[in-house]
Amino acid sequence: MIRVTRDDFSVDEELMRIKKPSVGGLVVFVGTVRDESEAGHVERMEIEAYPEMAERQLTLIRGEALAKFGVDNVLVVHRYGDLKVGDNIVLVAVSAGHREAAFDACRYVIDELKRRVPIWKREHTPTRACWVEAGKPDKD
Amino acid sequence: MRLRVRYFASIREFTGLKEEQLDVPEGSTAEALKREAQKLHASLKGQEDNILVAVNGSFVELKRVLKAGDEIALFPPVSGG
Repeated sequence: MIRVTRDDFSVDEELMRIKKPSVGGLVVFVGTVRDESEAGHVERMEIEAYPEMAERQLTLIRGEALAKFGVDNVLVVHRYGDLKVGDNIVLVAVSAGHREAAFDACRYVIDELKRRVPIWKREHTPTRACWVEAGKPDKD
Repeated sequence: MRLRVRYFASIREFTGLKEEQLDVPEGSTAEALKREAQKLHASLKGQEDNILVAVNGSFVELKRVLKAGDEIALFPPVSGG
């Protein structure tokens, strides 16, 4: 249910892994590479990860979300490597009996991911490349 | 003791290394190891607040005492998602 990988993902295929009859709703967050940031026009993005630690941190966050919100399942895929504008970066999918818990858990997981999972983005504009600062330009 | 130290993102660029082995005295803390890395790599000067320390895949406080065989990682605040 946790993957840190160079490979792209299919949202539909991933959702099939957490769908089951007792689930009344699925909330999905997909982060993608945007063509604009405070650095200017973004042409591509490099993502670096410390994969072993990132998977470990995500496993902890997933456990917290399951316990805190009582949701049925939580799935996270985060990519690293060279990405183009529009490419998928991250998927957080939560299944639950009811929507409130699913929305809350999804929000919790993406917020905690941004706070404590060792992954770094680097944006390439036509003239330079710069590391995205923590908690800065990329607000969503 | 000799420890494997990995560097990521801007800290990897500052040191020019993905990883190296550092010698620190037995009983050294995470803070002492961070200082040792800064001493070895002049390019890390001024980066004090930009370097986080992880031990064996977990964030640790700087007073954490390191043991032989620990894997250390130094990296800047994260920006994934």
